[in-house]
Amino acid sequence: MIQDKDRKREVIVKRVAEELKDGDLVNLGIGMPTLVANYIPEGIDILLQSENGFVGLGPSPEAGNEDPDIVNAGGQPTSIVPGGAFFDSATSFTIIRGGHLDVTVLGALQVDQEGNLANWMIPGKMVPGMGGAMDLVAGAKRVIIAMEHTAKGAPKILKKCNLPLTAKGEVDLIVTDMGVIEVTSNGLLLTELAPETTVEEVIGATEAELKISENLKVMNV
Amino acid sequence: MNKIKTIDEAVSHIKDGMTVAVGGFMGAGTPEKLVDAVIARNIKNLTLICNDTAFTDKGVGKWVVNKVVSKIIVSHIGTNPETGRQMNAGELKVELVPQGTLAERIRAAGAGLGGILTHTGIGTVVEEGKQKLTVDGKEYLLELPLKADIALLRGSIVDKKGNIYYSKATRNFNPIIATAADVVIVEAEKIVEVGELDATDVMTPSVFVDVITM
Repeated sequence: MIQDKDRKREVIVKRVAEELKDGDLVNLGIGMPTLVANYIPEGIDILLQSENGFVGLGPSPEAGNEDPDIVNAGGQPTSIVPGGAFFDSATSFTIIRGGHLDVTVLGALQVDQEGNLANWMIPGKMVPGMGGAMDLVAGAKRVIIAMEHTAKGAPKILKKCNLPLTAKGEVDLIVTDMGVIEVTSNGLLLTELAPETTVEEVIGATEAELKISENLKVMNV
Repeated sequence: MNKIKTIDEAVSHIKDGMTVAVGGFMGAGTPEKLVDAVIARNIKNLTLICNDTAFTDKGVGKWVVNKVVSKIIVSHIGTNPETGRQMNAGELKVELVPQGTLAERIRAAGAGLGGILTHTGIGTVVEEGKQKLTVDGKEYLLELPLKADIALLRGSIVDKKGNIYYSKATRNFNPIIATAADVVIVEAEKIVEVGELDATDVMTPSVFVDVITM
């Protein structure tokens, strides 16, 4: 398995970027999912949504060029690309909930074999609030989880989540530093392995039952 | 009718114990002068409706730090550690609402609707105590309207009648809360004569606005 932290991240975000199709409207969660924007394949034109109220999220401005009226969903200065559009919060969530958002990419604390996701709180420890995450996961056409396979060695892909859920049965694909897992009606299916990784290592790091695809491939990253 | 008042006159509408909706997202689009004036007048026990509690030194985050609020209805508190501290110490009631649900609950109040149906929150703690309805085979939560006594907005350009234009990403919750409060106060970055703001560019029509200040 991959040991280097930076390489793990690179593998995950590069592989997620491969999932995006030309013309997709995409919402990238805060943290690692944001980095997916740096690896969009050539010839693929996507539009990024910022749930605080615009499509056409651009790169971070250089120091000194920040516009206080343009922030991202984390409240940090950002930019808008030509062809973008600003709107209010109701329109923003009309896009998210109304089936107009093609893909959302989020991190996770836990995912389980029924496609349940927990990523918004740890009771007694961390209660930041769900922000737009519950709407994104319930509303996007495709929900992709981008995360490290384990947390300090403990599996995050479980038979059943035991943290409070963000949404029930909405996850479609899990991309980790060990492989790519599809959530199917028959449970979790390992379709790709990360470089330098074995099936046994993935099974050992996963609490949920894993089916192994007959066409198991190595990630092209 | 002259809607233009001083900041002090504008804030005099706000009394202890009221419910106040404030525009802005992580402080962007929040009327900071009005926020500061409420602190200066030592108003207490407000219930706040806002997207988030911003940062300790920005936006409504300052209300949390200065103990202006006893209850908040928001989607996110993670960027303001003081909110979490007061919540855990039992000093502040926090109702967390999914962001899209929050926007639609306020919009419903402003539009005279009895609530909205959303799939968001099904199968999570958000559904606890709420009525569920099935429409075309899909399960929805009934979420009730959310109204305020006062709404505090920030407009980038406001004409003397109260028509508002919001710059870029400062729009967020501002036009929504403008519809759902008894008294609507806008802090203008710039006030212009009637007619200077093109009617096509108006994002909140003057009919929703009671007080203009800057």
